[in-house]
Amino acid sequence: MNTISNTHIVVIGNGMVGYKFCEKLLAKKKIGQQITLTVFGEEPRVAYDRVHLSEYFAGKTADDLTLASADWYADNGIRLFLSDPVVDIDREEKLVRSHHGHIVYYDYLIMATGSGAFVPSIPGVEKDGVFVYRTIEDLELIQSYARKARKGAVLGGGLLGLEAAKALLDLGLQEAHVVEFASRLMPRQIDDAGSRILQNQLESLGLQIHLAKSTQEIIGGDCIEGMQFNDNSILDVDMLVISAGIRPRDELAKIAGLETHPRGGIVVNNQLQTSDPSIFAIGECALAHHMIYGLIAPGYEMADVVATLLLGGEKEFLPYDMSTKLKLIGTDVASFGDPFIEEPACKTIRYENKAKGVYKRINVSPDGKTLLGGILVGDAEQYNMLLQTCKSRTILPPDSEDLILGSRGGEEAGAGVMSFPDDALICSCEAVTKGMICHEVSEKGNHTMDALKKSCKAGTGCGGCVPMVKDIISGVMKQNGIYVRNVVCEHFDYSRQELLDLVKMNGAKTYGAVLDEFGKGDGCEVCKPLVASLLASLWNENILQKDRAPIQDSNDRYLANIQKGGTYSVVPRIPGGEITPEKLIIIGQVAQQYGLYTKITGGQRIDLFGAHLNDLPDIWEQLINAGFESGHAYGKSLRTVKSCVGSTWCRFGVQDSVTFAIEVEDRYKGLRSPHKLKSAVSGCVRECAEAQSKDFGIIATEKGWNLYVCGNGGSKPQHAQLLATDVDKETCLKLIDRFLMFYIKTADPLTRTATWLNKMEGGMSYLKAVVVDDVLGIAAELEYDMQKLIDVYQCEWKEVVQNPELRKRFSHFVNAPVKDPSIAFETMRDQKRAKEWA
Amino acid sequence: METKTQNAVTWHIACHINDIPEDGGGCALIDGKQIAIFNFARRGEWYATDNQCPHRQQMAVSRGMIGSHEGEPKVACPFHKKTFSLQSGQCLNDDSYKINTFPVMVKENLVYIGI
Repeated sequence: MNTISNTHIVVIGNGMVGYKFCEKLLAKKKIGQQITLTVFGEEPRVAYDRVHLSEYFAGKTADDLTLASADWYADNGIRLFLSDPVVDIDREEKLVRSHHGHIVYYDYLIMATGSGAFVPSIPGVEKDGVFVYRTIEDLELIQSYARKARKGAVLGGGLLGLEAAKALLDLGLQEAHVVEFASRLMPRQIDDAGSRILQNQLESLGLQIHLAKSTQEIIGGDCIEGMQFNDNSILDVDMLVISAGIRPRDELAKIAGLETHPRGGIVVNNQLQTSDPSIFAIGECALAHHMIYGLIAPGYEMADVVATLLLGGEKEFLPYDMSTKLKLIGTDVASFGDPFIEEPACKTIRYENKAKGVYKRINVSPDGKTLLGGILVGDAEQYNMLLQTCKSRTILPPDSEDLILGSRGGEEAGAGVMSFPDDALICSCEAVTKGMICHEVSEKGNHTMDALKKSCKAGTGCGGCVPMVKDIISGVMKQNGIYVRNVVCEHFDYSRQELLDLVKMNGAKTYGAVLDEFGKGDGCEVCKPLVASLLASLWNENILQKDRAPIQDSNDRYLANIQKGGTYSVVPRIPGGEITPEKLIIIGQVAQQYGLYTKITGGQRIDLFGAHLNDLPDIWEQLINAGFESGHAYGKSLRTVKSCVGSTWCRFGVQDSVTFAIEVEDRYKGLRSPHKLKSAVSGCVRECAEAQSKDFGIIATEKGWNLYVCGNGGSKPQHAQLLATDVDKETCLKLIDRFLMFYIKTADPLTRTATWLNKMEGGMSYLKAVVVDDVLGIAAELEYDMQKLIDVYQCEWKEVVQNPELRKRFSHFVNAPVKDPSIAFETMRDQKRAKEWA
Repeated sequence: METKTQNAVTWHIACHINDIPEDGGGCALIDGKQIAIFNFARRGEWYATDNQCPHRQQMAVSRGMIGSHEGEPKVACPFHKKTFSLQSGQCLNDDSYKINTFPVMVKENLVYIGI
């Protein structure tokens, strides 16, 4: 192809694929290749992430969804015309003319016009209150109409339709209905059984689902008032979103005389050339291999093919795998290979758990050797592994049901990522194979995820492949005999665990001693708090004494959390959330005296915000005199043990959860660990304390207590798993001692218990073996170490309050006894908050 | 000791050396300005910078943790962990930020800052 002189390329369409084409073209362009690139877009904004459109209703702004700013186009010399669709193509003269009258010459023309929503010709679709769900503008219209609507419906139970229905709920409609013509949801991705599970999940969110319904008419006057079906039933709704599929935007191609398919789509060959060799079509407007590829990954691949070709390379667009995995309204839905193939052409294995909302199906070849396809609903963790096993035709283990059930015999199921062939596609967004990653790791020494992201872009797209890439990294390193370890930072050539052992065996008690003995340089903000945490976990001496104050993370250093304006928050410990009226009054008085903002926390304590550094010792002195202790809200340490009222007051409670929560909190208060720790005790299975979302949670049973561990709230929620059943209090505490100490000793820095468990070889069964069955014979030592820490516990704030030397450190200026004059406050809902800087 | 040659700085007494913790920092009010002072005891060096972090305009740099990156002394703002070179004031993890640095002189156990 012509790459010698300046090549003029015009892209029609500024959607995701059109943008990706520009990005790929720039990335692949070699020095000396001259290209003039012009882009026309119909929408008023630059390309945005349409895949995550629904997140617009969950609080994302149009800016958050933008793929590249207008500046990006300008900086790269791309002429971008927005709100300016191309209206005419002159193929003789090779010119395009836009709505605003711009006439641009092209050597190559790229049609990336995408698709529009398909609107079936139902009588009444023109009424007010009927919408499509395709662009940000559509969403804005829906949003404003929803303010006055009460009941909404979505026509179409496919992926987009279900997201639209959830959006209606999010917009505050009282009812949200889904109307689907087929007899199941997502008919193109999942089977009847999977659809039923998905339906249960969606109904529990409040969606109402109507299957096998054919809409005859949209009724009402100017505005929609309902939908009438061909079984004569009527659904009373005042708004409707149509999401009944997509229609390729091929109008312009038709006008230009390019070959299109009667059912829509610009016909292209394997090079994505249309019937005019200098015009290409990519994305959802193109009909390749007789089909429209309605997913983003094949669209990106098409962009890559054309960018490669135009720069003189060779590439073809091959039939693309349409396997998908998505998180639909919080539920995983995935399908891969041939999900619908039936016996006897295959052997189908199904697993269904209605209570947990999980459905899994795999189709194995009749000889049981290869995986042909499958469906996962509710839990798609095995998706990547199954997809690769399917694509690479890996020979299956004899018990192929292990692929979805996990092995019941101890060993992990499946042959693992290292058994994949080199051409297995690991990162499908950036087309990175296993072989490429192995090469990067062993030949080029790229041993970290960050290094790989830079060197071959693996994991930079959707990020779904990151866990597999990490597995390959450590797999290759193990194969090459490299000991896989995470060193702390440039100052310590050890992992956290190694350093802990060294510090313990050498009895080092100050940072200086640790650095002199095992490190180099001056330390930094990574290793200092890490060593501080180690020292606290090992010896539990006051964290502000000796040379330990300046190595504490800022919050620990001042025993308070730094907040806006450089002010601090004060959180006294309220074990189990139980507090006397007298103590409540004291907190109120202190807050009033120092002008603090007060708020009840999610962990059943009281936050006092906006304290000046200089005031902290006085505030705490009053609190301590009233019998309070530090709540350690600032530390990577035990925070709260939440409780319900249990049998004390609750008519359902079977055990005294408050008393136990207080005991647990008192036992572990002040305990320093790799990350903050939370706990809860519930008095019965109703679980009002939400113990299963905690690092360790205890739930009362008729016979005693169930202990759950390694749960996580936060940004990556994970339920805790059952460690022991029906144990008495004493056993329960013993197991927690062992569990926590084992975590403290082996977890990487800033790793939560859930992540720690996820990475643990052997997972929960190994953890159980160590903690409950004591297979390593370390239980006694773990209990002993914990008891030692508990015995030396002292309230840090009490020590500071009583020690004039330490008190002196709580002063904003070292040379003036005044508070920071730059802090300003403003009023909000009768309280005050730190003012934002202009 | 700060090596930058400054023309016509005025030396201000900031504090006694014991007012700044070893291998830590403190803030002094000098001429109405908030100056962060750092005592690199392990190296026997002193540094001074603005106390305000330009990232979110918080007066908290002096409360940051000090350390080194490939030998270059630095401080990490406690607010969002932007780290700044104590020699150049340049932010080491975001080119768009920089803080001012000031020469420090220690004489008869007193810390002087040149502004």
